[in-house]
Amino acid sequence: MKTAVEKPAKSGNPLTGARRGFGRAMDRVRDRWADAPWWQRWTVYVLLIGLALILPSDFFASFMSPHTHWPSLLFNPIGVYILLAVGLNIVVGHAGLLDLGFVAFYAIGAYNMALIGTKFGWNFWAILPIGILMTAVSGIILGAPTLRLRGDYLAIVTLGFGEIVRIIAENTDAIGASRGITNIPHPPNMFGLEFLLDPLPYYYLLVGVVVAVIIFARRLERSRVGRAWTAIREDEDAAEIMGVPTFKFKLLAFFIGAMIGGLTGVVWASKVIAIQPANFPFILSATILAAVVLGGSGNLPGVMVGAFLIAWLPERFRGLADYRILAFGAALVIMMALRPEGLLPSRQRKAELSEGSGTEASAEVGK
Amino acid sequence: MLNDFIDQFGPSTVGGLAAGAIYALIALGYTMVYGVLRLINFAHSEIFMIGTFSGLAVIMTLGVSEPQSGIALIGLLLLLSVVAMVGSGAAAVALEQIAYRPLRKKGSSRLAALISAIGASIFLQELFAIVVIPHLYDHPRGRDNIGTQQLLDKEPLFTLGNTDVRPDHLIVIVASIAMMIALDFFVNRSRIGRGIRATAQNPETAVLMGINIDRIVRITFFVGGCMAGIAGLLYLLQFEETRYNIGFVLGIKAFTAAVLGGIGNLRGALLGGLALGLIENWGAIFFGSAWKDVIAFTVLVVILMFRPTGILGESLQVARA
Repeated sequence: MKTAVEKPAKSGNPLTGARRGFGRAMDRVRDRWADAPWWQRWTVYVLLIGLALILPSDFFASFMSPHTHWPSLLFNPIGVYILLAVGLNIVVGHAGLLDLGFVAFYAIGAYNMALIGTKFGWNFWAILPIGILMTAVSGIILGAPTLRLRGDYLAIVTLGFGEIVRIIAENTDAIGASRGITNIPHPPNMFGLEFLLDPLPYYYLLVGVVVAVIIFARRLERSRVGRAWTAIREDEDAAEIMGVPTFKFKLLAFFIGAMIGGLTGVVWASKVIAIQPANFPFILSATILAAVVLGGSGNLPGVMVGAFLIAWLPERFRGLADYRILAFGAALVIMMALRPEGLLPSRQRKAELSEGSGTEASAEVGK
Repeated sequence: MLNDFIDQFGPSTVGGLAAGAIYALIALGYTMVYGVLRLINFAHSEIFMIGTFSGLAVIMTLGVSEPQSGIALIGLLLLLSVVAMVGSGAAAVALEQIAYRPLRKKGSSRLAALISAIGASIFLQELFAIVVIPHLYDHPRGRDNIGTQQLLDKEPLFTLGNTDVRPDHLIVIVASIAMMIALDFFVNRSRIGRGIRATAQNPETAVLMGINIDRIVRITFFVGGCMAGIAGLLYLLQFEETRYNIGFVLGIKAFTAAVLGGIGNLRGALLGGLALGLIENWGAIFFGSAWKDVIAFTVLVVILMFRPTGILGESLQVARA
């Protein structure tokens, strides 16, 4: 764990120095964290959950979001992005499969909630498992034929899949075509929370879901499955030779990633009353992928920080209105040039990225 | 159903070939860059978009107000092609310099390069939507379609059965095949072309043989950009409108065409482009034109499943180009 990989210092660029300094400080924090006894860690976990619960209060709202209603913002985009990013992180960060159509799973989850909720009048809690299951199955349907492809082909196929799902939704009259579906039922009241127009109860519901998903993702990461994913990500051929059934595990990554995407879709659709195909554009897939990469692909806290920043910064600086997406595009390019491993990189990933895979002479990008 | 198909077979074949010719020209840029760098130049669709806007700028500056014919038309088209090629080519070179070269020098992962490409693509689209179009094109609503003056008479040239062949269709198809032949000569016969093929085959050895890779990469991006510029111009000629995100769907389809023909393979790009245009248009007779995009993407998925190397195989690197 402690093999900090340092590249030889190349330039006197102060920015480079600052980056290294930040990296070292983070390493120290992480070493402390790795050595901390269990009760210290649990205290931090509990404090974090406590923080999440008091986050919607006016105290935070005053400086976090002077322009927009803060609890609404916390639910969507912040909470939704975090959940989607955690799901995509399993596919991209752990298994190393580049998915540019993740929004399709989110859409399928949302459409399940909307369709079953309006047509059969089922309860949110009954639809939840069905929505997750249906989305997971769609993950298999997408993955089974395409996961034999190499990385960048896979990226384009998933992008195509995302577009196909959106266009089908747009062209099918049975599911409302481009008008979408309206009058989606809210979840039933429980624990004294009334699920109506107020975003707060939905936010608490989402916090619960996020905590559950994080525990799930964490356990998975540290299991045999997680190790298999790492092996596949680092060298698929070597993993196969070592007896890892790579195809099966890649499919599993798609399956689980899709499940989390679908889950997010169901929860989101239960709040918004109406959904439309236009809610699921390609740019959303790109944004979530950017969140994962910005935060540090493969590292759960990093990914969550990345998603938070990507969701929150544009809303915080509404004054810049139109220029937000422009700045977002430029930030991606600059980020990749300066710190391709992300803000809080997974250490393992960092080591991989800084391995000399390309030299000045080599025209190949990456391996 | 079958009667419909027979009825519309002629017109959709012509439409399909014209659409496919444009896909093929864009596909060349993807295929060349992929051949040399193993990189999907995701922002290539924006290079195409810049081509359409370069053409538009010339039309607006010259104040063309009616369809042209004869010498005036030929002169205008030549001027437009030069400007569109230079505009798109320069944009492609700048893109390489800013978004890809720093990553290449660091030997970053392909994922990083792809994210950088997506970032560049978003940046260029937004740049046009909120800065360039409202200010340089006097079009305050930058996200709307922007129409242009009709450049040539679109009366059918001749009719085959029930199929009208319009001059713009003919120009698009002929021009793209001519560009394709020129490019094929350039890559296979010229010194620089040999450098491109060598780099595609094995960059390390190419360097040892005295090839300046940076220069080759720059030229590859420039040539790919030129082709996208021509494609942009032809698109403008045919549909007489453009918008800031015009490249997105066309770009994905052009990439599909490149994969269909065999990525890295120049002749494959032509074949893939025309085939995709035809499949899409013939499919639209059965399913309706709203499903065109779904048909194209389904073709992509099916091709990748059964023959990921495409119809002609990946071959810029086997030195045949």
